[in-house]
Amino acid sequence: MRLRRNLTTLSFLAPALVGIAVFFIYPLLSAVYFSFTKFDLLTVPQWVGLANYRRMADDPNLLQSIRNTLWMVVVFVPVRIISAIGLSMLLTQIKRGAGFFRTIFYLPALAPPVAATIAFVYLLKPGTGPVNTFLGHLGIEGPLWFNSPDWSKPSLVLLGLWGIGDIMIIFLAAVLGVSPSLYEAASLDGANAWHRFRYVTLPSIRPVILFATVTGVIYTLQYFDQAAVAGSIASGQATTGAGVSQSFGFPEGSTFTYPLWLYTVGFRYNALGYANAMAVALFVVALAVTVILLRRSKAFSGEDQ
Amino acid sequence: MNKRIPPAQKPVIAALTALLLTAACTPAPKEQKIADPGTEVSGTVELWHFFTEREAAAIDTVVKDFENSHPKIKVTVKPGQDDSKMTQAIGAGNGPDIGLSYSTDIVGKFCSSGAWVDLAPYIKRDNVDLGQLNATTRQYTEFGGKRCAMPFLADAYGMFYNKDLFAKAGIAQPPKTLDELTEDAKKLTVKNPDGSLKTVGFLPLFDFYENAAAHLAPAVGAKWLTDDGKSAVGADPAWKTLLTWQKNLIDWYGYENLRTFRAGLGDEFSADNAFQKGQVAINIDAEYRLAFLKDQAPKLTYGVAPIPVSDPARYGAGYVTGNIVGISKNAKNPEAAWELIKYLTTNDATIVKLANSLKNLPTTTKAVSDPGLQVEPEFKTFMDIFASPNSSTTPPSASGPAYQETFQTFATNWQSGKVKNLDAGLADADKQINSVMTLGG
Repeated sequence: MRLRRNLTTLSFLAPALVGIAVFFIYPLLSAVYFSFTKFDLLTVPQWVGLANYRRMADDPNLLQSIRNTLWMVVVFVPVRIISAIGLSMLLTQIKRGAGFFRTIFYLPALAPPVAATIAFVYLLKPGTGPVNTFLGHLGIEGPLWFNSPDWSKPSLVLLGLWGIGDIMIIFLAAVLGVSPSLYEAASLDGANAWHRFRYVTLPSIRPVILFATVTGVIYTLQYFDQAAVAGSIASGQATTGAGVSQSFGFPEGSTFTYPLWLYTVGFRYNALGYANAMAVALFVVALAVTVILLRRSKAFSGEDQ
Repeated sequence: MNKRIPPAQKPVIAALTALLLTAACTPAPKEQKIADPGTEVSGTVELWHFFTEREAAAIDTVVKDFENSHPKIKVTVKPGQDDSKMTQAIGAGNGPDIGLSYSTDIVGKFCSSGAWVDLAPYIKRDNVDLGQLNATTRQYTEFGGKRCAMPFLADAYGMFYNKDLFAKAGIAQPPKTLDELTEDAKKLTVKNPDGSLKTVGFLPLFDFYENAAAHLAPAVGAKWLTDDGKSAVGADPAWKTLLTWQKNLIDWYGYENLRTFRAGLGDEFSADNAFQKGQVAINIDAEYRLAFLKDQAPKLTYGVAPIPVSDPARYGAGYVTGNIVGISKNAKNPEAAWELIKYLTTNDATIVKLANSLKNLPTTTKAVSDPGLQVEPEFKTFMDIFASPNSSTTPPSASGPAYQETFQTFATNWQSGKVKNLDAGLADADKQINSVMTLGG
């Protein structure tokens, strides 16, 4: 009887389990296996033990890509969350036309990342772009944005903030979900706007902040499209057929993120073994960050501290 | 009693099964056998190429010609394919019979791994004379003594210069040496009242348009790899000559000024190309730019010449590259594939037809001198560069473009002033190139 019930459960779960096994477990295990090999897609993989992992300790390109990716994680993730909270707070305050503004702020999130990046690079193009022309009228000499190694990453952050709609909408739902009675009680106790935010709103939306942090970190660790496109457009070689990775990291390697190096090594230099080792390392880091964040905050599981 | 696997062992078993499965997915190498001379070839053959639109139509035309002259062979053409798709298909055992690629960077890997078969047995059987192929194109179509590819038209790089700007600056002739190039670049440069750059004579940044180190190497005769496939950039003094010359010119402009100027220029392949708009007076580019100029900047008065060189004896040299074509190791009909490759790469009439429609350089001796070849004076300059014994290419490597791109990173660090000691920097670049090349190869 029990076996039968188990089988029934299993049969209902089967489609999902098969999907997870084929599209997640199997590729993951393959990646782990290939990370211990020398592999080029064309010949039989050769077992090389830990060689690929040892090589990672002495790879200047890897080091640079880690530095750039860490910069993005440390700056982009918090800035994105703070801005999304700020924006959602503002949107809850708007009495008239709330729907209109919510739509306006959400819309950019629908733009495909590649198209949005191209548009941004052209808008911010020094010399001919409208942003610097406008700044020029105000007497401000605009920076070189995507063409300056100092400004390229901040420009990518700006681009990310423009497309903040997806996470903003989650924060908006969370903020709207805070019980009005809590605010009322706080007001009766003499709390001002800052107090209400600090002691009512913030604790209530903590699970959402944690969610946004975890997903934001994972997203940023995998940051690829925007960095690749921004580099190639800004370098003025966007349409060069051969050697797409030549403009990766432009200018001066400042947008060279971890996944860009992974792609270059794997698909340009035919070192799939090393690329898999990098992928496994990335997976371990993402997993570790997630576990640490979840451990540190019980809020995610619904238990408040 | 039911024998159950202890829970702790389950993941281990799952992992092992997965390992076996992944290992099983990689096909074993196949022994190469070719037909006897005179065997009639028939059947279907699949050709993957990267061309699209107008250029793809040109391919279709010659494929039709081939089918007419070889009625027993039917060709299936798949346009718009790229190298990574082809690599994956070959790796998975479903490679096309013939692959046509724009990148010579794949030759090293495809030859050494056997992804493309050795063509030597076919060449020998059919008495194909490789001596009819341009010498530089022969270099980039073989690796480690194995000829796994044939050249399918070629590109040569030279110098484009704006005649109006030259006249305005009082320069009568295009520069022939690097020193003359510096001198002319300075004369041609015009500044705005605020000191910023308005027109630049020659923009020497290595990451600008086609200024890659690979394209400038023939100016000094610099060597990329030693005979045993190691990096030669530290040992070959020519690189030092090139880098020092380039940095001196950059310093004359000021790196920051150049960077700001360059940031405002249009995309290389758009109508806003800086040379086409007269913002840059001298530019390095290949023969295909002629078609863009005709189309996008018909009013521009320009001239073409070989790139300036360090030693006048080398004048006429330039960078040469081209498309390549080969047979997959898992081709279903390798005999018909070879027949088509032979037709596309050694039949002079076909090559002339393709060169005329694609506006690329023909690769055989007879096609070059064929009266049917449309040769405008500008195109002739590129044909001469192509034929120069001093012209060179980037040698195939098992790790593809790894050595070029690693050097390119070094060169961009050098031009920005991050590298203080050139000798030490080049020695370090050597080390890095050798290291990155062992990742894949």
